[in-house]
Amino acid sequence: MPPRTCALCSTNRAMLKRPKTGQQICRECFFYVFETELFKPGDRVAIGASGGKDSTVLAYVMKTLNERYNYGLELFLLSIDEGITGYRDDSLETVKRNQQQYSMPLKILSYDELYGWTMDAIVSQVGRKNNCTFCGVFRRQALDRGASMLGVDHIVTGHNADDIAETVLMNIMRGDIARLGRCTSICTQGEDTIKRSKPFKYAYEKEIVMYAYFKKLDYFSTECIYSPDAYRGHARVFLKDLEAARPSAIIDIIHSGEAFEIREEVKATQKVQQTCKRCGYMSSNDLCKACTLLEGLERGMAQAGITDRGRKKLESEGPAPENLRTIPFYQPPSAGNAAILLEAP
Amino acid sequence: MSESNVSLKVEFSGGLELLFSNQRSHKVAVPGTVPTKYNDPSSPSKPADIAFLIHYLRDNLLKERVELFMENDTVRPGILVLVNDTDWELEGEGQYVLKEGDEIVFISTLHGG
Repeated sequence: MPPRTCALCSTNRAMLKRPKTGQQICRECFFYVFETELFKPGDRVAIGASGGKDSTVLAYVMKTLNERYNYGLELFLLSIDEGITGYRDDSLETVKRNQQQYSMPLKILSYDELYGWTMDAIVSQVGRKNNCTFCGVFRRQALDRGASMLGVDHIVTGHNADDIAETVLMNIMRGDIARLGRCTSICTQGEDTIKRSKPFKYAYEKEIVMYAYFKKLDYFSTECIYSPDAYRGHARVFLKDLEAARPSAIIDIIHSGEAFEIREEVKATQKVQQTCKRCGYMSSNDLCKACTLLEGLERGMAQAGITDRGRKKLESEGPAPENLRTIPFYQPPSAGNAAILLEAP
Repeated sequence: MSESNVSLKVEFSGGLELLFSNQRSHKVAVPGTVPTKYNDPSSPSKPADIAFLIHYLRDNLLKERVELFMENDTVRPGILVLVNDTDWELEGEGQYVLKEGDEIVFISTLHGG
């Protein structure tokens, strides 16, 4: 094939076919369109950093744009250490290098210090089948708590278009109406949770990977050693097949998720958000999911937070003992109360 | 078959290197001319292209889990291929004819954070 010229500048040779638009564009124009699609806030922002490609590109782009356009953002890296030997310990080494490369303060919060359990310990008790449930619930809450400790008003995460389309598919198949509405929002904010946004909502995985490749960014790419979320895995493979047949499928699915309307009668049956009686975190029941899961672990009945039968069994054994280990009470975000130890650079 | 080989630099990243002896960069020499149908010497010959290279890598360098590398006679969806740093979708994909000194990069996008 003869070389093509870039569809945007009509000068340079095209080096990438953009999946979203089908445009054939050059390296410089790719950097330009990719970078300028991102948002422009103005405060203390924590970047959820795992050391993987998405959060590494996010940290790099946030830093670059902050400097280029004088956003005046104060940026932090926030990492959650799930306690997975041979996986997260290695990826955190990447985050520590990013801390140096990007000169950003880094806070690492571990499941061990917050919940008293590492994922290694959880897997040794519950096995590999349901451990992703624990990890997902614990991570979400840990990010909010880490952000609260940092005194930031905004968390950004590296979720890309492929991730969001996957989540839309999963929520439709599970019939999870409440999450379906939330999962396509670029930005979410509860009453006493920290604002969260996904600047890469419309950025394809292909673009993230090409950006990291052309910019030679240092990222970590290994699959989690505890059986990757099987359900998400199916959605992901299906989506990649769809994308191969028609690249716009990913954006189309996100669009469907956004356009989904829920009937008022159904909305009325949704549980109202409240705060957890034990730890103060947002919850749709008396106890939040993390407290339920933790109680199950502590009382040796890990199924309690996963199945109805497990919960009934736990309840039949009587109320939680007085000396049960609990999660520290959640301090809703209030900027200026940050007095925490960062990782030494 | 042509006697002259084509020398290439082949790179795997994004987790794909794990399937190839955990080694990112490989030097590979493939025949300049190959059968149109892979491994069928009775089929007419063609210059070696990336479609051939993918099969060749599967049979000569891949150490494990072929299903994570190939699907339906090509790379599995979610693997990006670059020819001398350019997206292979701009170079004719599998039909791109390999040239001496080409650098072919395979990047998996499927590994999470």
